[in-house]
Amino acid sequence: MSNTISPAAHQDPHRVEPDSGRETSTYLNNGYGWKSWLFTIDHKRIAILYLVSISFFFAIGGVFATLMRLELATPKGDMLQSDTYNKLFTMHGLVMIFFFLVPSIPAVLGNFLMPIMIGAKDLAFPKINLLSWYIYVVGGAATLYVALTGGVDTGWTFYTPYSSTYANTHVVPMAIGVFITGFSSILTGLNFIVTVHKMRAPGLTWFKLPLFVWAQYATSLIMVLGTPVLATTILLVGLERLFHIGIFDPTLGGDPVLFQHLFWFYSHPAVYIMILPGMGVISEIISCFSKKRVFGYSFIAFSTLAIAVLGFLVWGHHLFVSSQSAYAGIVFSVISMLVAVPSAVKVFNWTATFYKGTIELTTPMMYAVGFIGLFTIGGLTGVFLAIMSVDVHLTDTYFVVAHFHYVMVGGMLMAYMGGLHFWWPKMFGRMYPEFIAKFAAVTIFIGFNLTFFPQFLLGYMGMPRRYHVYPPEFQLLNILSSAGASVLAVGYMLPVFYLLWSLKWGKKASANPWGAKGLEWTIPSPPITHNFESIPVVTEEAYAYGSEPTITVGPGHQNPNPHYKDDPIV
Amino acid sequence: MWNDFPLLPDNASKMGFQIDLVWWFLVALTVVMTVLIFAAVVTFVVWFRKKNDGRVATQIEGSTQLELLWSGIPLVILMGLFGWGTAVYVQLMRPPADVMDFYVVGKQWMWKVQHPTGQREINTLHIPVNKAIRLTQTSEDVIHSFFIPAFRTKKDVVPGRYTQQWFEATKLGTYHIFCAEYCGTKHSQMVGTVTVMTQDDYQNWLAGVVAGESPEETGKKLFEGMRCVSCHPVSDKTTTIDGAPARGPLLAGIYGKEVALKDGGKVTVDDSYIRESIMRPLAKVVAGFEPVMPTYEGQLSEEQIIQLASYIKSLKGSEENSGAADGGAKK
Ligand SMILES: [Cu+2]
Ligand SMILES: [Cu+2]
Repeated sequence: MSNTISPAAHQDPHRVEPDSGRETSTYLNNGYGWKSWLFTIDHKRIAILYLVSISFFFAIGGVFATLMRLELATPKGDMLQSDTYNKLFTMHGLVMIFFFLVPSIPAVLGNFLMPIMIGAKDLAFPKINLLSWYIYVVGGAATLYVALTGGVDTGWTFYTPYSSTYANTHVVPMAIGVFITGFSSILTGLNFIVTVHKMRAPGLTWFKLPLFVWAQYATSLIMVLGTPVLATTILLVGLERLFHIGIFDPTLGGDPVLFQHLFWFYSHPAVYIMILPGMGVISEIISCFSKKRVFGYSFIAFSTLAIAVLGFLVWGHHLFVSSQSAYAGIVFSVISMLVAVPSAVKVFNWTATFYKGTIELTTPMMYAVGFIGLFTIGGLTGVFLAIMSVDVHLTDTYFVVAHFHYVMVGGMLMAYMGGLHFWWPKMFGRMYPEFIAKFAAVTIFIGFNLTFFPQFLLGYMGMPRRYHVYPPEFQLLNILSSAGASVLAVGYMLPVFYLLWSLKWGKKASANPWGAKGLEWTIPSPPITHNFESIPVVTEEAYAYGSEPTITVGPGHQNPNPHYKDDPIV
Repeated sequence: MWNDFPLLPDNASKMGFQIDLVWWFLVALTVVMTVLIFAAVVTFVVWFRKKNDGRVATQIEGSTQLELLWSGIPLVILMGLFGWGTAVYVQLMRPPADVMDFYVVGKQWMWKVQHPTGQREINTLHIPVNKAIRLTQTSEDVIHSFFIPAFRTKKDVVPGRYTQQWFEATKLGTYHIFCAEYCGTKHSQMVGTVTVMTQDDYQNWLAGVVAGESPEETGKKLFEGMRCVSCHPVSDKTTTIDGAPARGPLLAGIYGKEVALKDGGKVTVDDSYIRESIMRPLAKVVAGFEPVMPTYEGQLSEEQIIQLASYIKSLKGSEENSGAADGGAKK
């Protein structure tokens, strides 16, 4: 990119800072006390706060999953009580979705990188950004409280009237936890939208934005439009539970299926909250390690928006057997088929981006290749569930479980891991150890498929989801799945160790260790507190690989803090 | 060992084959697409890997033709699949005329079934082969889902309303019934079996089980016992059995007809409307009558409501009555 950048970074991007006695100032060494972290308004430090907290919740959700897979190794309920098992899958879903997947890429990688990618010194509302994290922590604390005091057993879907009347577990505290966390999403979404609109560097027009930014933008739209519906729905469940106001319970004159409409109106788009940011990461990784511009940039950008919009019109595909009218079902079915097209377009464009590139199969690239394969399976199995006659058999079976894990874990988690490795040098100024990282990536890929592929077969065989005990003929496939889960667990432990190791002993990273394009690679690793010494001027397209780096120092763009001066509220 | 751990489900229903056909087509599509894409990616990674030969990547902007091609072809395939899948679904919605009506009530954590001839079962269902069977289902508590994998059919069992599904078993044997919608502690034990028998065996089975009364007979007794008769005429249009002027609509011949409502709307008299009229009589009052019927909520079980509905269904109107069906709802 042609940027106006500080002399500090205006040097050979592959040059490593010499270990001079005086430490250069970075966002990491700008204060060490706990206050400098907990009261920071630096988007990069907030991203690290999120990284630590979502990793914590991922570990908890992982423990829940491990216990479930252990129990399911045998058909009988010989390790856990049914109530315990039901609480485990409920808490696993809630923790993984609301406290890991939804915030993962947006709040960690998006928070850290999006302002840098658009040439800004921070998000539009840095204090609100910190507030989002605190809200997340309060919601997380409510969840931990629920987990420690007995849990909740409604399934993460909170279907009524079970959740509103019959369950005698901690539904209300958990609902409060999810309700609160929703505001964290909403505020992050608002912050990102305003930032992309108002804080792009001079010359950085919409169609020069990295696709990662497009993905964050589309995701933020969904967060802002969808999450309030979830909050309202959960509030209504709470009201019915506490004050017996008849909304969902038919014995109080309510409509139990109404809940499902409201819930999926948020929760289907939430699937895209969880996958779109991952798609953005994949575009960045593939482009960088092919040293090629992304094939069909504008088609990927528009397909992102198309997914965000169409995603709001398909919720009824979760209700094909719920007593929803058949005519409504047909409409939801056809729109669900349509939403598969922009996803397919993305996959084809990524594949085409490899063509005639100079490809380096680094760890992030291995995750990207894994993503393409697994997301293709995840997406196509979604088509099965969008077709009503097939869905009648498959819905509420393990086929659905396998499908969404292929999208959420095979897709989103692969993208998150890929992105974390890709930007790790930028975030911490250290390289991760490549060999063991590749080994972990392969382990995760194998473990993942072994865990979840058998579940497609289980679903077709008819094994319902959320079953604590099951008929013995399903045992073989369940054992395979449980075996896979243990491989997967090892795969996820490895990065914890080698990434932490790299913080101290990893090779020092240059400003641009991958030879990548993008503003984040023009500044030192790790970045300084305000990202840029002076605001860059962008004249190049995104992913301008192949063109000579034409870094120009502009005529004194001082303007150090545009967002503090301009009123960003329009 | 492979007999103990089959990898494909039984297919024992008339619609199963058509559903499996769509399923296998989708499987083939998924395998082909995944292999093609993954092969392309891996091939490119190998062919175009970075070597120290000084080759630089060829920058390609994109190609509108390709984009149109690879969004157009999937669109056509997806729309074709949608049409095919929906056509099969429409058949799943339409039982043949000579369907046998069974009733299913779900409750935490058991299935209660009643045969058209009155026999009851819990967590088992015996049915004749090659006979279309329709389940009318409701729940006493939370949402359940009645799922028979071997028949490729399930439908949620929802409190406060009736749902229906039908199937025709084609293969003798015993198959799983699962509850597929999470319903609390023993969700995974809310299971049962469906046994498909020959016609003769089914008749013998019916004879061997204390038949009790048919739903209609019990319904008739309820109708009298709950004093429905004191307001609703069953044969004469204007007076009740006691000779008093009717305060509620005539019920004979009313089932399946459309009736005008007091508020100007219309409603078709089906199981759901009958149920609603018993539980919340003031919701949809038939034109020409006053909203005077008390609620029976809490006084009747779901099974009793089904029995009342069966009785009302069995009341055939005389020609003139069914001709003048406007007056005929209940309440
Ligand atoms: Cu959905
Ligand atoms: Cu159930």
